[in-house]
Amino acid sequence: MKKIEAVIKPFKLDDVKDGLSGLGVQGLTVSEVKGFGRQRGHREIYRGAEYQVDFVSKIKIEVVVASDLVPDAVEVIKEKAWTGQIGDGKIFIFPVEEVIRIRTGEIGEEAI
Amino acid sequence: MNAADTGFILISAALVMLMTPGLALFYGGMVRRKNVLGTLMQSFIVLAVVTLEWVLWGYSMAFGPDHGGVIGGLDWFGLTGVGMEPSPDYASTIPHQAFMIFQCMFAVITPALITGAFAERVKFSAFLLFTLAWATLVYNPLCHWVWGVGGWMGGMGALDFAGGTVVHISSGISALAAALFIGRRVGWGSTAFIPHNLPMTVTGAAILWFGWFGFNAGSALACNGLAAGAFVVTHAASAAAAVSWMVVEWFHRGKPTTLGVATGAVAGLVAITPASGFVGTVPALVIGLCAGGICYGGVLLKTALGYDDSLDVVGVHGLGGTWGALATGLFASTAVNPDGADGLFFGNPGQLWIQFVSVAATMAFAFVMTLLILKAVDLLVGVRVPREDEEKGMDLVLHNETGYTL
Repeated sequence: MKKIEAVIKPFKLDDVKDGLSGLGVQGLTVSEVKGFGRQRGHREIYRGAEYQVDFVSKIKIEVVVASDLVPDAVEVIKEKAWTGQIGDGKIFIFPVEEVIRIRTGEIGEEAI
Repeated sequence: MNAADTGFILISAALVMLMTPGLALFYGGMVRRKNVLGTLMQSFIVLAVVTLEWVLWGYSMAFGPDHGGVIGGLDWFGLTGVGMEPSPDYASTIPHQAFMIFQCMFAVITPALITGAFAERVKFSAFLLFTLAWATLVYNPLCHWVWGVGGWMGGMGALDFAGGTVVHISSGISALAAALFIGRRVGWGSTAFIPHNLPMTVTGAAILWFGWFGFNAGSALACNGLAAGAFVVTHAASAAAAVSWMVVEWFHRGKPTTLGVATGAVAGLVAITPASGFVGTVPALVIGLCAGGICYGGVLLKTALGYDDSLDVVGVHGLGGTWGALATGLFASTAVNPDGADGLFFGNPGQLWIQFVSVAATMAFAFVMTLLILKAVDLLVGVRVPREDEEKGMDLVLHNETGYTL
């Protein structure tokens, strides 16, 4: 089992979610996050005073899938989150030791 | 006694009352989220505290029997003798208490305006002491000078229809004194003090605009043509200033902003306040258009000069009020209000000098008194919160609560 974390542009969330659902992914977790990469920030102006805002709003998706599903899931995220502009985001993949469903006590891939 | 006048003034008093919670929202949205309650609280508690001060001794000091043109006596302490019958001196067609409660709302909002200058860094106890002392020692005398029977400023012919000097210059210049005395917020120059909730600020600006009709039209103290005229020029000037701020900012910074339009509207309302019962519509538009530009320049000034007037009380109320008071000396016309005077453009240059003297005297008095009061409060309880508390935020440190959960 692997955990995929993807930081993407906020308006791409629905496309990515639909794409992953199409692969049979049963659930995912979403957070609103801020950060910076090569895109850096933007400027905001309040009453004529200019501020450099270094952190850009992004969406972070966390999804755990069976290991054999990882290449497809990554492919879907890459395709759906892509605009070709700077700031499209990144995908991180981590090994997952165990998964437990709290209600039933199931463990492993059954519980995903 | 006139029923229409009485009804109109009571409703106007209620409109002006709503301005203080409106101001709370206007300011509350502009601070960082950790200070939203502390900021709302400062305006809201002023509504309560200054009301007590006003009915006990404030009204008597401001409007009671004159002593030397400087202050009213305490003969009306606790509203003794201020009853249901009209006063012979003030607003002779409405109950004396109606006039008193209308004026109460002005006394309330004025110290609330100052809070924007020292937002995000002042102890609540110090703030309460300061407000009570300021209302008593600065607002009451000023109010007496301008509007009290026998007051020297009104006596020399200074025109201030609804509070350009009494409310806006006094609060604006006191804000400057407070910002200089208290010093900059921790992180000034390195941290971005970005407003946390501009929808709240725009809501507050809308409530201020709405309440200002009571402030200015109500200052006619009767339900008549003068009130209608004041209503119209108030609205026109605010609209003009909102547009001019937007245009100036658009050229200067490349984008029109909602905070800019909301601030411009308030700047226009401030500037027209002293003039609202003395000028026609076209002069009101000029006053508003200039106010947008002048106050935009005013808020840029704080960065250039390096004082931290957190929410731009100096730029908007100080400069806007000064421009309005001087503009009254330019554009006032007895064709609009026979009880007023003609200004420079209507053949009476002397009026501009009178306005200038009233502005200068108000500034000097309010500035010095504010510094003295702050010094005294600082010796008593300390004005500023410790640095660590300032970083944690007023809401948690001073009030043990937070504005927003998760």
